[in-house]
Amino acid sequence: MKPRVATVWLGGCSGCHMSFLDMDERLIELAGRMDLVYSPIADVKEFPRDVDVTLVEGAVTNDENEEMAHIIRRNSRFVVSFGDCAVSGNVTALRNGFDKEDVLRRAYVELADVDPQIPRDHPTIAELMAKARPLHEIIPVDAFLHGCPPTADQIWFAVSELLEGRMPAFSPVYLRYG
Amino acid sequence: MAILTLTIDGEQLSANDDETLLEIARQHDIAIPTLCHLEGLSDVGSCRLCLVEIEGSQKLFPACTTRAQEGMVVRTKTERLQRNRRMIIELLASEGNHQCAVCVVNNHCELQNLAYEVGLTHTRYPYLYPKKRLDASHPDFIIDRNRCVLCTRCVRVCHEVEGAHVWDIAQRGIHCEIISDMDQPWGTSPSCTSCGKCVLVCPTGALIAKGENVAEMEKKTDFLKYIVTARVKREWINTDGEE
Repeated sequence: MKPRVATVWLGGCSGCHMSFLDMDERLIELAGRMDLVYSPIADVKEFPRDVDVTLVEGAVTNDENEEMAHIIRRNSRFVVSFGDCAVSGNVTALRNGFDKEDVLRRAYVELADVDPQIPRDHPTIAELMAKARPLHEIIPVDAFLHGCPPTADQIWFAVSELLEGRMPAFSPVYLRYG
Repeated sequence: MAILTLTIDGEQLSANDDETLLEIARQHDIAIPTLCHLEGLSDVGSCRLCLVEIEGSQKLFPACTTRAQEGMVVRTKTERLQRNRRMIIELLASEGNHQCAVCVVNNHCELQNLAYEVGLTHTRYPYLYPKKRLDASHPDFIIDRNRCVLCTRCVRVCHEVEGAHVWDIAQRGIHCEIISDMDQPWGTSPSCTSCGKCVLVCPTGALIAKGENVAEMEKKTDFLKYIVTARVKREWINTDGEE
């Protein structure tokens, strides 16, 4: 059976996933070596059980992200912080110097073109946490893939190593923030 | 001045008795990471990255402010020191806003390079996300205290080289911050000559020039050696770098 891989998009801009797609024709090779069982680019509703490797993009910024982080940990053998937001909070955490209510007011009222209102009080709307947090402050993380976003080469290296069952030993070339 | 002999990382070296361990190590290509140290400025030993072990003492010593002594046995790369260095970088990272992706000096930052050097994969300490003051009142420059590591290079270059002493440190402990003159907006400082030396010696994106975008600014500190050599040796280094 091929290794089961998931990718998850938490509080990030999806740039890391765009970079994943930047692996271009290498994706075809990857498709032969793994099963993508959950991802924003695959139409699967529930995070499955028994996942071998999960790449997590984005910081943990709302209660839905937090719940998801725990689901990921329970069901994944290997969790990778995928990109700077997951590793350190990065852009998602720039709001942390401000009060949560001020941030919401700024985004949804002050900068609104039409119908200014803060979206909340509905079961489908996640509640923003007081602070955005890096993934490893919420759940134990096994490996860290840096970059904003990580380059396609970095992702290729990390995923290839993980599929071979090896812990990716990032050379200085692949250790890059920003 | 006397010549003495000491051992650094197992290598027997001779040195002058007025030289620091850092100077001696660098003369012999023994790498010791530094942050607050800058050739041409006085040393304050504040960043603690250059801490080394000296045989016979449990204490660690900053290489930049410790002078060589006869028979000293110094170690610069033990596991304990590497662990401490990584811890220092993690503490610095957790104390401010050091998000490289949105920084003017991304890819040209001494803190970023040190993080690579110590192999920083992530920060084990919770990020504090303080909201420190940013001052853009100067016509040419900005100070973003969220990116400041309190190395005090700006304080020293302004005092020791420019002679203006605009910058100093206010408060204590984790509340320490760099202030201009009597803690007033930089743009209103009567003592600032707008020479920009503080901006050039700042190792991070805390002091930056206006108009630079993400990853655009590269700082150059080599101007210092021209000024310092002219002052100390009464000589001018010509542009080929030959004295």
